[in-house]
Amino acid sequence: MKALVTVMPKPSVLDPQGAAAAEAIRHHGLEKIGRVRIGKVIEIELPEPADEKTLHEIARDLLSNPVIEDYDLKISEI
Amino acid sequence: MKFAVLRFPGSNCDQDCVHALNAIPGAPADYVWHKDTSLDGFDAVVVPGGFSYGDYLRCGAIARFSPIMKSVKEFAASGGPVIGICNGFQILCESGLLPGALVRNRGLHFVCKHVSLRVENAASRFTNAATTGQILNIPIAHGEGCYFADDETLLRLQTNGQVLLRYCDAQGRTTDDVNPNGSRENIAGIRNEAGNVFGLMPHPERACDPLLGSTDGLAIFQSILQS
Repeated sequence: MKALVTVMPKPSVLDPQGAAAAEAIRHHGLEKIGRVRIGKVIEIELPEPADEKTLHEIARDLLSNPVIEDYDLKISEI
Repeated sequence: MKFAVLRFPGSNCDQDCVHALNAIPGAPADYVWHKDTSLDGFDAVVVPGGFSYGDYLRCGAIARFSPIMKSVKEFAASGGPVIGICNGFQILCESGLLPGALVRNRGLHFVCKHVSLRVENAASRFTNAATTGQILNIPIAHGEGCYFADDETLLRLQTNGQVLLRYCDAQGRTTDDVNPNGSRENIAGIRNEAGNVFGLMPHPERACDPLLGSTDGLAIFQSILQS
């Protein structure tokens, strides 16, 4: 069992990495792309059953910073 | 006034801070390991610069959970002065002692150079040895020093006089050209609402000796001593 936590910068926060990657993608031929945002994915191997409440707290308080980021938590069987 | 200089795994400005403070009369400083839990006997706390926990996850994100940070929060809540420099500023923001966050520099580069800083409010425990409008020459050295806060927070900072330092040019103009990292409103240093917690990206401890090209950083430490 695994938890996948996706952390993305909030739309209002400057993402210079994303802007630099967008420029590179355009140079590779996809000239009409819009904004590119770079976040991170954190994979946690879990014992069963998953303690979803604690996972949400960890995702909110440790793995992301709510001032600048949003998180998404998904728990999968594999 | 005895200063505690915290040490996390990856702190690298702790020795500079202790050296700079010990050279100031009346400001003896000593190290406090991050696993310690007591600040007894100390009158001020310095959270120094560096790369605590390798900047993993986010700068300061793991250090904020170090055992000593609980004591720092209590120390701050009881009105004790706390100053966070560079990575220390990031740790104070992550721990919620200061509003906002520090994110990757706008230009993506690590920026290491002397900058001009305008003192925005000299009526504070951290800037009273300077004058409002004075320009300080202090170096910066960071990759994640772009100060971010939402509009509402920025307005509150401004209204309460919590912005203490802004990046400026030699004439004191806070233009975008001299903003080294994309910080909102050129913010280089802020204090909390109560006025006893201060965070700044520039390194005053690196500007306390004429041999290093500037002694303007002394104003920050002397302010703490005078308050």
